[in-house]
Amino acid sequence: MLGLNNRDTRFFLIVIALTLFTPFLLQPFPEGSAMAQFNAGYPDLMQRFAIYGIFAIGFNILLGLTGYLSFGHAAFLGVGSYSAVWMFKLLSLNVIPGIILAVIVSGIFALIIGYISLRRSGIYFSILTLAFAQMSFNLAYSVLTPITNGETGLQIRLNDPRILDGEGASQYTNLFGLDMSSSFKLAMGDYVFTFNAGYYFCAIIAIAAFYLSLRIFRSPFGLMLRAVKSNQHRMNYTGLNTRPYTLAAFVISGMYAGLAGGLLAAMDPLAGAERMQWTASGEVVLMTILGGTGTLMGPILGAGFIKYFENIFSKINDNILHAWFSALPDGLEGFLVTIIHPFVGKGWHLTLGLVFMLVVIFLPGGLVEGGQRIKTMFSRKKNSDAASDVKPAE
Amino acid sequence: MDAILLQTLNGLDKGAAYALIALGLTLIFGTLGVVNFAHGALFMIGSFCAVTLQRLLSISYTTIDPEKTDFLGNPAKIETPYIEGWFGPEIGAAIIDWSVPLAIIFAIPIMVTLGFIMERGLIKHFYNRPHADQILVTFGLAIVLQEIIKYYFGANPIPTPAPTAFKGSLDIGVMIGFDPNAIIYPIWRLIYFVFSLIVIGGIFAFLRFTTFGMVVRAGMADRETVGLLGINIDKRFTIMFGIAAAVAGLAGVMYTPINSPNYEFGMEFLVLSFVVVVVGGMGSLPGAVMAGFLLGILGSFASMNEVKQIFPGIDQIIIYLVAIIILLVRPRGLMGRKGVMEE
Repeated sequence: MLGLNNRDTRFFLIVIALTLFTPFLLQPFPEGSAMAQFNAGYPDLMQRFAIYGIFAIGFNILLGLTGYLSFGHAAFLGVGSYSAVWMFKLLSLNVIPGIILAVIVSGIFALIIGYISLRRSGIYFSILTLAFAQMSFNLAYSVLTPITNGETGLQIRLNDPRILDGEGASQYTNLFGLDMSSSFKLAMGDYVFTFNAGYYFCAIIAIAAFYLSLRIFRSPFGLMLRAVKSNQHRMNYTGLNTRPYTLAAFVISGMYAGLAGGLLAAMDPLAGAERMQWTASGEVVLMTILGGTGTLMGPILGAGFIKYFENIFSKINDNILHAWFSALPDGLEGFLVTIIHPFVGKGWHLTLGLVFMLVVIFLPGGLVEGGQRIKTMFSRKKNSDAASDVKPAE
Repeated sequence: MDAILLQTLNGLDKGAAYALIALGLTLIFGTLGVVNFAHGALFMIGSFCAVTLQRLLSISYTTIDPEKTDFLGNPAKIETPYIEGWFGPEIGAAIIDWSVPLAIIFAIPIMVTLGFIMERGLIKHFYNRPHADQILVTFGLAIVLQEIIKYYFGANPIPTPAPTAFKGSLDIGVMIGFDPNAIIYPIWRLIYFVFSLIVIGGIFAFLRFTTFGMVVRAGMADRETVGLLGINIDKRFTIMFGIAAAVAGLAGVMYTPINSPNYEFGMEFLVLSFVVVVVGGMGSLPGAVMAGFLLGILGSFASMNEVKQIFPGIDQIIIYLVAIIILLVRPRGLMGRKGVMEE
């Protein structure tokens, strides 16, 4: 189906199903129960899963296939956000033109930065991309204030021209009249499921983005990129100019980032310079590595993992901890709360840093490799012959 | 003329901080071949050594003075630091006043120990992994160290003043024959600059004139051969890591009066210091020091109003712009050795 072999088709269908049923899957606990705080099925977070999933998928095309570690990808995300918001201000609050412009502008941006940065490789490439991103960030904060609105951030106003919108047009970002923020709530007994228009819009784009990356991974172009990763010198010695291939990968991943930025703006029409800061670039690196570099599913898992913990883990405070352990004797309860306290709530970055370090040290293939190891462990017990030809489930 | 001199001076203290951090980074890279993204965090921890010492020294006991009353009419509570109780009020107050310079002594053992633990516990296992893995794991470590500091000290900058004797400014212009008030320079920044020169000079002398330094230099040039000669080069490299950590820590300790430290303090410096190292040339110690001062001074020149009028926003990007140009036209950096990390 769609030019995929059977295995990939099955895999792709699973991804589609998971994405479409996310509002159910992320709401495993009934409303009002003690575990309800672990529910992640609210629109804002689900949108972020999809958007950062796109960002990480795109980043993985560069890092996973060519091995070039960019520390400046957030710049493209920021550029995408700014161009989308400008489209909302000038043309229409319909999200389509904004997102198209976001992809185009970030693509041009990536072409320029990539053309210069890809002249070097290894750590120098990382530093060059970092330098470009920091330059964009600093400029967005200072001189480019007329375009970026500096520290306040760019936002839509009631008196924007919006030449395509008629008199009675919606005042919110919409898709041909369907507001991105509109939701349909489905109550089933104790469970409440929220189906949000914005999430499904992002999800469909994310599925398309995933499909594209799947095709790139399986294409001759993807094979060429892998060859660049494993031995660029040898490729050069065979008389092949690798630069156009790496540049294409860089631009594609930049456009993915721009798409993610445009979607962020479409969900919440606001663009700030802090989206371009190098810590934001570091975040996408974390997502990709944590999930598994060079695997198809890894970046999405990583993005979901980080965004989930950022939103859910950081909400756990001392009261909740005390409530959890209230069944235990007082001394033990206090002790456990003291131990766990630094790792949750405001300290969730500490957990993130520790998990990330552990993954880099023990599981260089990320969560996907972890899953495979567990799988191999079990299948080896059943059938020792089968274990030898387990292929990586990308 | 005086404006040029003033901007040069202004660039010196930032340049000195860049140079010190870049020196440590280069030492680690040159000896162990490891790209250490946690070096900014070490700088930050150094600055928090100063904060901690100041807090430790100011631990007080409360006495109630029945003679005086506070504004509510209750007997006044007087906080007396223990240190004043032990050494007498005058010496005690002086010790607290001088806590930042004293923190140098306090910070060295802490930073060296931390460096040893980092090297033996983590970095050692990453010698043979790709540079990308080293960057990633040290980046994770930097996050962890930052968060630990944030947990204990909070997220706000903590003001840590310099000794009273060094507060205020010096009219340098008068000393060298300019008009009064033309070149005013804070004393502590001057001290920072001199301090950094001493540290840098000390490191270079240590590497140049001691047997230990000679072995380390030999190891930097050819680790395997030195190892084959029966020298335990790993042990010496670990010590160098400790020294590099201490240099970053000292740079942090002395920087606290210039800029109140918070937990993200190091990251800002780290990014710039990496740029400095790359501009100076990976693995070249003089290159790192020179590029540090050069970029610091360039940055301060770019923030002159006259320059900003011609190129708006240049002060924000000058360092990155220089780095990009240098990397493209002279890939191994200003003073990099041929063949070292050119690709």
